[in-house]
Amino acid sequence: MIQFLLNNEMIELKSFAPSLSILDWLRTNMGRAGSKEGCASGDCGACTVVVGDLINGQWQYKSINACLMLVGNLHGKHLITVEALTTKVDPTLEDLHPVQRAMVECHGSQCGFCTPGFIMSLFALYMNHNQYPGKEAVIQALGGNLCRCTGYQPILKAAKKCFSYPKQAAQNISHQDHRFSQQVSVLTETLKKALLANQIPMLEEGDQHFYLPQNLSQLCALKASHPQAQFVAGATDLSVEFSQRLSYNNKLISVRYCPELMQFNEDQQGLHIGAALPYSEFLERFCEIYPESHELFERLGSLQIRNAGSLGGSIANASPIGDPAPLFIALNANIELQSCRGQRVIALADFFMDYRKTQLADDEVIVAIHIPKRETTLQLSCHKISKRIEDDISAVCLVLSYQLDNDKMHNVRCAMGGMAATPALAKNVAKALNGQILNLENLQHAAQQIDVDFQPLSDVRASSTYRLQVSKNLFDRIWFQALGKIQLKQNTQISSAIQTRIHHEAL
Amino acid sequence: MRHFKTDKPSGLAKNAIGQSFAHESALKQVTGKAIYIDDKPEAINSLHAYPVLSTITCGHIVSIDTRDALSVTGVVDIYSAKDIPGKNDVSPVFSGDILLADDKIEYHSQPILLVVASSYQIARTAARKVKIEYQETATVLDIKQAMAEQHWVRPPHALHRGEPKKAINDAKHQINGELYVGGQEHFYLEGQVSTATPTEDGGMFIESSSQHPSEVQHLVAKILNKPFNYVTVEMRRMGGGFGGKETQAAPWACLAALAAFYTGKSVKIRLARGDDFKVTGKRHPFYNTYQVGFDDDGLITGVDIDINGYCGYSADLSDAIVDRALFHADNAYYYPAAHINGNRCKTNTVSNTAFRGFGGPQGMIVAEQIVDDIAYYLGKDPLQIRKLNLYTPGRDITPYKQKVEQFILQDMIAKMEVEADYWARKASIENFNQHSPIIKKGLSLTPVKFGISFTVQHLNQAGALVVIYADGSVHVNHGGTEMGQGLHTKIAQIVAQAFSIDMQHVLVNATRTDKVPNTSPTAASSGTDLNGMAALNAANTIKERLLTFASEHFAVKADSLQLVNNQLIHEKGKISFPELINLAYLNRISLSSTGFYATPEIYYDREKAEGNPFFYYAYGIALSEVEVDVLTGENSVTRVDILHDVGNSINPALDIGQIEGGFIQGMGWLTTEDLSWNDKGQLASNAPATYKIPAIGDTPAEFNVTLYDSQNPATTVFKSKAVGEPPFMLGISVWSALRNAVASITDYQFAPSLNTPATAECILGAVQVAQEWLQAQKKEGSEQGQQGVDDA
Repeated sequence: MIQFLLNNEMIELKSFAPSLSILDWLRTNMGRAGSKEGCASGDCGACTVVVGDLINGQWQYKSINACLMLVGNLHGKHLITVEALTTKVDPTLEDLHPVQRAMVECHGSQCGFCTPGFIMSLFALYMNHNQYPGKEAVIQALGGNLCRCTGYQPILKAAKKCFSYPKQAAQNISHQDHRFSQQVSVLTETLKKALLANQIPMLEEGDQHFYLPQNLSQLCALKASHPQAQFVAGATDLSVEFSQRLSYNNKLISVRYCPELMQFNEDQQGLHIGAALPYSEFLERFCEIYPESHELFERLGSLQIRNAGSLGGSIANASPIGDPAPLFIALNANIELQSCRGQRVIALADFFMDYRKTQLADDEVIVAIHIPKRETTLQLSCHKISKRIEDDISAVCLVLSYQLDNDKMHNVRCAMGGMAATPALAKNVAKALNGQILNLENLQHAAQQIDVDFQPLSDVRASSTYRLQVSKNLFDRIWFQALGKIQLKQNTQISSAIQTRIHHEAL
Repeated sequence: MRHFKTDKPSGLAKNAIGQSFAHESALKQVTGKAIYIDDKPEAINSLHAYPVLSTITCGHIVSIDTRDALSVTGVVDIYSAKDIPGKNDVSPVFSGDILLADDKIEYHSQPILLVVASSYQIARTAARKVKIEYQETATVLDIKQAMAEQHWVRPPHALHRGEPKKAINDAKHQINGELYVGGQEHFYLEGQVSTATPTEDGGMFIESSSQHPSEVQHLVAKILNKPFNYVTVEMRRMGGGFGGKETQAAPWACLAALAAFYTGKSVKIRLARGDDFKVTGKRHPFYNTYQVGFDDDGLITGVDIDINGYCGYSADLSDAIVDRALFHADNAYYYPAAHINGNRCKTNTVSNTAFRGFGGPQGMIVAEQIVDDIAYYLGKDPLQIRKLNLYTPGRDITPYKQKVEQFILQDMIAKMEVEADYWARKASIENFNQHSPIIKKGLSLTPVKFGISFTVQHLNQAGALVVIYADGSVHVNHGGTEMGQGLHTKIAQIVAQAFSIDMQHVLVNATRTDKVPNTSPTAASSGTDLNGMAALNAANTIKERLLTFASEHFAVKADSLQLVNNQLIHEKGKISFPELINLAYLNRISLSSTGFYATPEIYYDREKAEGNPFFYYAYGIALSEVEVDVLTGENSVTRVDILHDVGNSINPALDIGQIEGGFIQGMGWLTTEDLSWNDKGQLASNAPATYKIPAIGDTPAEFNVTLYDSQNPATTVFKSKAVGEPPFMLGISVWSALRNAVASITDYQFAPSLNTPATAECILGAVQVAQEWLQAQKKEGSEQGQQGVDDA
C-alpha cells in the first residue's frame, strides 16, 4: 500500500499496475480531467501538476509532469491538481486563485487545452515566491509548457500580474478556501503517522510490483532477488518507454526513498551527489561552485523535468545525448556503485561501454556521483547546441575543462555528447591542447582533431557535417569567451567586449 | 506593449462591439472545468478503438494475421475496409482519401484496420500485434522526381497576364532563384479525438474535435450508407485546430462510427501524439523557383514563378491550397507581367492539408524573396524596393485580374518607419555588424496582403439560429466552431449589440449539425465574417418583429422605437428587454429565427484564370530584428513591431491574441519547426521531443502590436476584418531579417538563399556560402589587381 494526499483527500492505493502514471490515474481512475494529455512524453506540460515533498516536516512544492511521474512515487507526497485551486462549483472572477484570475484578465487562454498546465506551473512559481521574481524566473518556470495559440505574450503578463493582487492568508494552498488548508494540515499529520507505520510501502497487481525500499540495503537485496527489475526515479525516460513504445517491466524499484541516494554533501574531497536526487535540489549549490555549467543545466529539459530527473537516471540510461555526462566526464567525476556483493568506484568516463551499454551489473545500483574538489586554476567551458534553446535535446554538447598556468593549458579534458554512441572524451583534442598556450590558433588547431575523435551520425537533430562543423567552431567561441573572463598574460589585440552569444530570453 | 483600440460604433449608449471581453470559456479553462471530448465521463460498456498502421510506405498488402491481436483479453473485434457498409472514401472535394487501406498502401503509417477493445490501452497494444505482410513498391518522395514524372494529384493551374517572358528579357536586370519551403505540423495541443454513440433511430451521435462538423456528418453518413439526417455531430470546443481539424478530424469520427455501428456501443478514438504526427496531414512543403526582370531602381517589370506543392498521396484540399499559393505569389506587389504556375505534386507521404494561411504563406514567401534578392543585387535597402513595388492606384491589377481597391500599406509602412525608428536602427545595426565578428544582427520589414474568402465559392455561406426565451435570455447557435480564436465571444458581442443588451444575457455554445445545417468549415479566417453576419441577420429578423409588435402594442411610431441599454425606449416611455420579450411572448410573437449570409460579389473563372476570388484584403506589416551566431547558426528574434489591419475591431484583445499567436506560429514555421522524413518515407520528427514549436523564451524580448485604425471598406459585420490567418505571414519578416543578418557578412552585396525552416544548421550553411562568396570576391579582386600590375 502507498499513502499520499490528493488535494484535500487522503489516498491509499494498493493494487495498481507499476507503470501507471499520475495522469492516467487522475483521468481514468479518479475522473479528474482538468489535467490534460498533450503528448504523454513530458514535452508539452499540459499535464503539469504540483507535487509537495515533506522536507523537515514541511511541504515543499514543485511542478511535475503528471504523464511521467509514476503513481508509486507519490507515496508520502501531496499531489495538487488544477481542480484544487478554486473549489467553488461555479466560480466568479473573484473566486479564482490569483494565477487563474491573472490568466483570465490578461487573455492568457485561447483554446485552453494547455491552460491547466500553465496554471499549475504558475501556481508553483507563485507559492515559491513572495513577489514577482522577474521575467527570467518566469521563463524558467514556464519553459516546459507549450502553447500553440497565444504566442505567450499574455501569459508572460499574467505571470507578472498574479503577484499584484493583495495576498490573502491561505494563499499557499488555495486562495479562497480556508477550509482547504486546514484540512491539509490535519491530513498532513495523519499522513506522517501513517508513513511511520508503513514500513514496506508497495503497489502490486498480479505479478507486477512497484517496490519502494526505504534504505540502500533493502534496495540492494531487492535488486539481487529481481535482477531484471527496473530502477525508477523521476521516470522521465522510463515513462516515455511506457507511453510510446508500450513496453513495460513487471517489477519497478523506486530509488527515491533511500536516503543514501538522496544526499548532497560537500567536503575536502569535493562534491557528492546522490544518484536519485532531483536536479532542482542540487543545482543552485552546484552552479555556485561551477557557474559555467549554469546554462547547460538551465537548458536541461524543462523545470518539470529538472524537478523529477536525477543524475543517476541520466547516467544509467547511458543516452549518447544526455547533457550531464559530458560535464561530469570533463570534471573527472567518479561514480559509486553498490550491490549486495559490495561497493566499487569507477571513473564516469569508463562507465559507458557502447550504445546504451554500461558497466552496471544487473544487481548494482548507482549510489552517488563524486566530483573532485574544484581547483582554483580550473577553467570550464560548457556549450549546448540544439534546434530550440529551451527544452530540447542536444545536437552537440561540448564541455572543456583545463587548468591554466602561465597562459598554458594543462590537464585538458574535453567531453562531448551527440558525437558518438556514448558520451565520450575527445582524446585527440585534449592531447593537442595539453601544455599549449591558450590562444585562438592553438584552439583552432586542436579543434581539427574532432575529425579524428568522432564520426557522428546524421539524424533528426542534425547532420554529421553540422555536428563536426559546429563543434570545431565552438573553439572560436571558447577563445572569445575566455578573453572576456580570464586575465591572460599574453598581449591580445582583440577587444574583450565582443558579444559571443545571441540575446535570447531563455539564455 | 499592447494597444487596445476601443473605438465603438457611435449612436449607442453601451456597446458590446469594440470591447475586450475575455474569451467566453476563459474561466472554465483556467479552472480545468472546460470540457474537451476526452474529458467526458464514459458510459458503462463504452469501447475504445485504435487503428493499425502500415509499416511500409508504398506497396500492397499480401496477408493479414489478426489472431494474436484478437487473443488479447478485452479485444472485441477488428474491422477492415471490407466492413465499411458505404464508400471507403473520406475526401472533402474530389476522391481518393481512403479511410482504411484495402490493398494499396501509399504512405507510411496509413491506417489499415481498426481494433476495438474495452480500453484505450488494450486497443492500442493489440493494434501493434496485428501481423501484416506486404509487397513493397517504389516510392516517390522527391518533389523533383514528381515534377519530372508529372506525378500530380490534380492538374496544374497557372495565372497569366501580359507577356512575362518578354518583359523579363527586355528588362535591364534579370535574376532567378529557388527556395525549398518546409511544411509544418499543426501541433494542436489536443490531438485528434472522436466519440460515436449509436442512436435509437439506427443513426449516430458524433462528438468530434472538428473545424467542420457538417463534413463529419456527411462522411459518417456516407461511410455507413445512411442519409445525412441519421447523423448528428456536436462540437463544443477544440484544443486548437489551425486547419489541422478541417478535413483531418473526419476519418477518426468515421472509424469510431464504424465500430459503434457494429458493436452498438459508444466508441471513442483518441490518437496518441506520435501517431497523430504520422497519420494526419501537415502544411504543404513547397519547392518554388522564380525569374524576375527589373529596372535600375528595382521596379519589377515581369515575373515567371513556378510553385510546386508536396501534396502527399491524395488531393484532399491541395487544389485550393496551391491555388491560394498562386493568388499570393504577388503578396503586396504589382507585377506588370506575370506567369505563375502551380503544380500539385503527388508524393508518398500522408496527404498534406489545410494549415493557417492555406498555401498563402508558401506563395507569399516567393514575393518576399524576390524583393530581397533585387535589393541585394542592386545594393539597395530592401524596404525601398518593397515600397517601390507596392500596389498603387493605376498599378492595381493582380495576376488573377482582381482590382486592388484599398491602399493602406504605404501609410502603415510610413508610420512604422517613424514609430519603430527603422532607418536609425538599420544604421546602428550595420555599424554593430562591422565590429562584431560572431554575432550579426538583421532587420526586415515585410508586408502582408491576404485575400479574404474561400476560393471555393459555395463555401462562402453561413447560417445561424437565434433563440430568445420568454425571460429575455438569448441562445445563439451558428455554423462556426470554437478552437480558441474567440469566435463564440465575438458572435455573442454581435448579437448583444443587435439587441443592445449586456453580454451575460447571450449564450453561445456547442456547434451542432441539427441546429444549423449545411455549414462550411471554420477556416479561411472567415468564422466571424460569415457566421457573424448570419447571426446578425437572425437577430435583426427578430428585432424587426419586436419593433413592429411594440409599435402596434404601444401605439407609437415605429421610428421612435429604440433598443438601448437593455431597454426598449419609445415616445411614451420605456420597458426593459425581458419585459418586452415576455410581452411579445404573451402576444404570440415568434422569438426565434434563423439567419443566413452569402458573401456577395465573389467569383473565379478557372478556365480564364481570372475573377474576384476575394471579398477584400486584410493587411499587416511586421518589423523584426534578429541576431545570428555565425559560429553555430543559433539565432533569436530580439524585437518585433507589428501594425495590423483588422478593420473595426469587434474585440481588440481577441484580435491581438490572434496577431501575436499567428506571428509566433509563423516564426516557428520558418525557424525551428523542422519536419524530417527518412529515406524510406517515415516521419522522423514525430514527437515534440524532435519537432520543436516555439517555447516561451523564443518570444521576442520586445513585442509591440498595434491595431491599424481603419474601417473595412467592404460591407462586413460592423466593418471588421478577418484576423485568423493574415498575421501568420508576418512571421516572414523573421526569415527575411535572418537573411539580412547573414548578408552583413558580404556587406549586403549578396544574400545566400535560405531554405526554410531556417534552423541553426541551415543558417550556418548560409553563413558559409556568404563567407565563401566573400573569399571568392577577394580572390577575384586580388587577381584583377595582380593582372593590373602585370599589364602595367
